[in-house]
Amino acid sequence: MTSSSAATVVSDRPKPGDPLDPDAAISIRGLVKRYGDFTAVDGLDLDIHRGEIFALLGPNGAGKTTTVEICEGYRGRDAGDVRVLGVDPAAGARAWKARLGIVLQSNGGDSQLTVRELVRAQASYYPDPRDVDEVLELVGLTEKARVRSRTLSGGQRRRLDVALGIVGRPALLFLDEPTTGFDPEARRQFWSLIRSLRDLGTTMLLTTHYLDEAEALADRVGVITSGRLAAVAVPSALGGRESAPAVVSWTEDGVRRTEATATPTALVRDLAARFDGEVPDLAVARPTLEDVYLQMIGEAGR
Amino acid sequence: MSAVRQQPGDRTALPSLASVYRSRASVELKEFFRQRESVVFTLMLPVLLLVVFGAVLNFDLGSGVSFTQYFMAGIIAAGILGASLQNMAISIATERSDGTLKHLAGSPMPRSAFFVGKVVQVLAVTLAIIAVLLLIGVVFYGIDLPSGADWLTFAWVTALGAAACTLLGIAISSLAKNGRSASATVTPFALLLQFISGVFFQFSEIPTWMQTVASFFPLKWMAQGLRSVFLPDALTAAEPAGSWELGRVALVLGAWCIAGLVLCVLTFRWQDRGSD
Repeated sequence: MTSSSAATVVSDRPKPGDPLDPDAAISIRGLVKRYGDFTAVDGLDLDIHRGEIFALLGPNGAGKTTTVEICEGYRGRDAGDVRVLGVDPAAGARAWKARLGIVLQSNGGDSQLTVRELVRAQASYYPDPRDVDEVLELVGLTEKARVRSRTLSGGQRRRLDVALGIVGRPALLFLDEPTTGFDPEARRQFWSLIRSLRDLGTTMLLTTHYLDEAEALADRVGVITSGRLAAVAVPSALGGRESAPAVVSWTEDGVRRTEATATPTALVRDLAARFDGEVPDLAVARPTLEDVYLQMIGEAGR
Repeated sequence: MSAVRQQPGDRTALPSLASVYRSRASVELKEFFRQRESVVFTLMLPVLLLVVFGAVLNFDLGSGVSFTQYFMAGIIAAGILGASLQNMAISIATERSDGTLKHLAGSPMPRSAFFVGKVVQVLAVTLAIIAVLLLIGVVFYGIDLPSGADWLTFAWVTALGAAACTLLGIAISSLAKNGRSASATVTPFALLLQFISGVFFQFSEIPTWMQTVASFFPLKWMAQGLRSVFLPDALTAAEPAGSWELGRVALVLGAWCIAGLVLCVLTFRWQDRGSD
């Protein structure tokens, strides 16, 4: 449902040495970043298309945040080429920053300003900002507009961060672990906010630890391990999920039975014939995104 | 999704510097005056000290001048130090460690606007402190207001002292890990400076070696310049140098401005240490 446009593309990642993609929102070739002896990003190639939501997954310390912060212009790089909206972030000027929205992992402190005052101040830095009250409506903070930001709850604070990130009408929005600490209800609300932003044409680069979040929102996901991209795919195809054998399980003679099969439909048909009516405790499962993800980062760690 | 959006031609112009400066100034004023701790600590502490010292140490310095008149110059200098150096060091260290600066650096806000906002805040707080101190001094302690050219001296010593201390405060903020550690270092340091720079005691009664230490820092010169404003020239006899040394006041404070600016440019960081 969310991966309509990119569903036909199984994997379109650039190879090392490919030229930069001038049409991409973000185009990265051979990116390397070292901290002393530690290589945080070790030859990364990636294109993020305009209009898509791309989720970057990976364990802590794999190079996610470093990669994102290089794209945002916060960090320099040791090698490689990066273009964000056609501009090298290392040389990004005000006009370039005006087209980005950045929601950092931890934003802002104990401001004395109200929610509306903060969003209005942020809007004043941009050439063509969104209407402040519309933005507050969009993130569901209209009723908190006159409240001092430091009194907001964690989830409300995060929605304020998003309001600050989108008020400048960004063409590209960075979201670094946006829903950490949310309750399930708040996360669902947040997801629909992200979808409505996508409908407005915003490209998004999302990092998250929640695989269900990546699956629900992302057109494509990339898995980073040890500073390299281990895989790039639509969520339903990551790690060969699509073609992986399905596991059919049922109960027969009081015993739980499971069978891995490439043709689950045929097996279920056989079972249906064998049992008179309902097959007891029938379940058909494919590897979840979490299964293939854990397998991937497990392999990389070995 | 081709690259039709955001062609260079149809990009709206960035907002003018003046409008962003206004916006930042308004943010900084609200941040200061709405925070009870900063208002009490920076604004009310000098007022309390004036009230207490004025009531306790109201002796005659000779030439019919009361200690309160002498203290007025010192407490205003200390107030300027608090509004600029202490305020900047603590608030910027806090904003750096909580990510406010990083957030601003990722926006198209011109970086100069951040500093303009801070300068407006320091100016407003400084003027507020001076106004309140003068008001209380005149109403309750019969302080003689400066007259004539003394106002001019008052203005330039205040401006130069505040500028030097603001720049130093911004530079010092980069040394601290966060706002709390900045406060823990800067507050005792400022207090110490106040004791040896002629704020709480007559400068001439402080041991000579302490006078020498104090004269390396701006506060001593700010207090001395302000004494020339509040005290009759007859009291120059009580100054170690035998005069107000206004030329040297300007020279030292000017030198601190330049040193502070160089330190700021060399050390200012928009992010916590360790991210580059």
